[in-house]
Amino acid sequence: MTALEGRTATGGRRPTGRSWTLTVLLGLACLTVLVPLYVTVSMALKTTGQAVDGNAFSLPAPFDPSGFAEAWTLTRFPVSFGISLAVAVIAVGLTLLLSSLAAYAIVRNWERRFFRWSLVYLLAALFLPFPVVALPQIQLTALVGLDGPVGVGILHAMFQLAFSVLLFSAYLRSVPIELEESARIDGASTWQIFWRVVVPLLGPMIATVGIFAFLASWNDFMMPSLITADPALQTLPVVQNIFQSQFGTSYNVAFASYLMAMAPTIVVYLFAQRWVISGVTQGAVKA
Amino acid sequence: MTLQTPLPTPVDPGLDRGSRTSVRRAGRGRRPELIWYAFLVPALLAFTAFVVAPAAVGIFYSFTDYVGYGQWSFLGLSNYAALATDPRILDSYGFTLGFALVTVVLAQVVALALAVALTRRIHFAPALRGILVIPMVLSGIVVAYVFNFLFANTVPAIATAVGFGPLEQSILGDPDLAWLAIVVVSAWQTIPGALLVYTAGLTAIPDELYEASSLDGASSWAQFRLVTLPLITGFVLINTVLGVKGYLGAYDVIVGLTAGGPGTATSSVAMTIFSGFTGGDYAYQMANATIFFIVTVAISIVQLVATRGRAVRL
Repeated sequence: MTALEGRTATGGRRPTGRSWTLTVLLGLACLTVLVPLYVTVSMALKTTGQAVDGNAFSLPAPFDPSGFAEAWTLTRFPVSFGISLAVAVIAVGLTLLLSSLAAYAIVRNWERRFFRWSLVYLLAALFLPFPVVALPQIQLTALVGLDGPVGVGILHAMFQLAFSVLLFSAYLRSVPIELEESARIDGASTWQIFWRVVVPLLGPMIATVGIFAFLASWNDFMMPSLITADPALQTLPVVQNIFQSQFGTSYNVAFASYLMAMAPTIVVYLFAQRWVISGVTQGAVKA
Repeated sequence: MTLQTPLPTPVDPGLDRGSRTSVRRAGRGRRPELIWYAFLVPALLAFTAFVVAPAAVGIFYSFTDYVGYGQWSFLGLSNYAALATDPRILDSYGFTLGFALVTVVLAQVVALALAVALTRRIHFAPALRGILVIPMVLSGIVVAYVFNFLFANTVPAIATAVGFGPLEQSILGDPDLAWLAIVVVSAWQTIPGALLVYTAGLTAIPDELYEASSLDGASSWAQFRLVTLPLITGFVLINTVLGVKGYLGAYDVIVGLTAGGPGTATSSVAMTIFSGFTGGDYAYQMANATIFFIVTVAISIVQLVATRGRAVRL
């Protein structure tokens, strides 16, 4: 409720003056985010001896990056990273292709019942948690030989579909149709119009949908751990469990490994923060 | 799927515009070009093959004694009857529903408070927002491992140093308190998504409304209750519905913090269902999954109905 008190402090939306009280309160809230991240980084850079001394907040003394080297070997980092990347590429590619085409067809044929009902059908997935269909999906993927990274990528795309179609169709409704019509008069087919007119217009939404699909896929533990049969083909988040089961492993190695697993999404966030934040914001208001 | 994905809210459906333009172009009743079907059908087929069909097969098996392979025969509703008296199942529902309720309230109150503060006139707003959103992009299982260390080692160390008895032992090992750790980490991870949606809703409210109400002598709290809250009801609704759905399916965070323990104190419904894959009670857990699906949908519908007509549109 601190924010509400803060509002009293500023006296509503006065045009002059910025509130230091609120700024400090929000800064304290940021500490709940920054402290766990600081602990992760500092633990990763400690020696094994210092990492078990019980003081999580102390600075590494001396700096010892050897935990990263050990984590690199233990998690077979290049392999796990490559598999995570492959899964994410399949998930993002499939999500973007299927949902943009479907959303375009649905929005431009909204007066036809088949297209309207298709949207309802696809959106039903929003209410379908993965655990409900997990057991038969494990069977299905094993049956058709997709019980590996490819199957995980496909399933990630399936569970991302509803949200993505919704975002694309909301955005497409706000795109003026005149450009498409003039392209049609110039003799372009619907297929050409989609790739040359609609896809460039969808640019910002493609970034947003793609980033969300990437984050959901890269960070997931549940699906790969259940679907992938061969432990050698596991993704980066799943292989982190070796630090839970092997008691002999040192904390500095574990945290170095956690940091390497989190780094790619943090990097994506640093560079694409604009798309993540404005995407959610626009998506929420525009639709 | 712990990432709470924010959604377009039903503020302005905007359907009319799209349909009018395409009617004008295509003409009602004329057959659409076949290529439109070629655009739509791949998504429909993939969704049907990988999600709907397996779901249908799974629900079918919930009426049998299928163990995951080999022969099976019909049992009727006896799997469902057995569920109702199975303490392990009932406990998992009790834990999951209680955890989802507490977490959604905590996460929404904090997210809304932070969003209100962020949309006031403050210093460093972009940087503060940028930091607060970070947990949204992190992997739930990895975050849970980090917090596992903090709850198991750091929190007890601090508690011992300041002499605070209740936290001197790791709460992860306490059957009565372990669920609190799961609430904290789940909220920590899902607050950013809700926060961004609320920020979008709050910035859409024109300043004039606040100016008018403060001229009328409304206090800050009255402004929040009478101006802000009614105008963002749609956003509260969508955040709550998606939040609850996410928390009901909780898995990654629990695996990383307690693995369902101690004992089965923090076993979620999802974890019990997955045990059907190794435990040989496939059909029984599919009945559980079917009930779980009905419960999830029912809770969403209750939330939608309960808030219907409350949303105010600008």
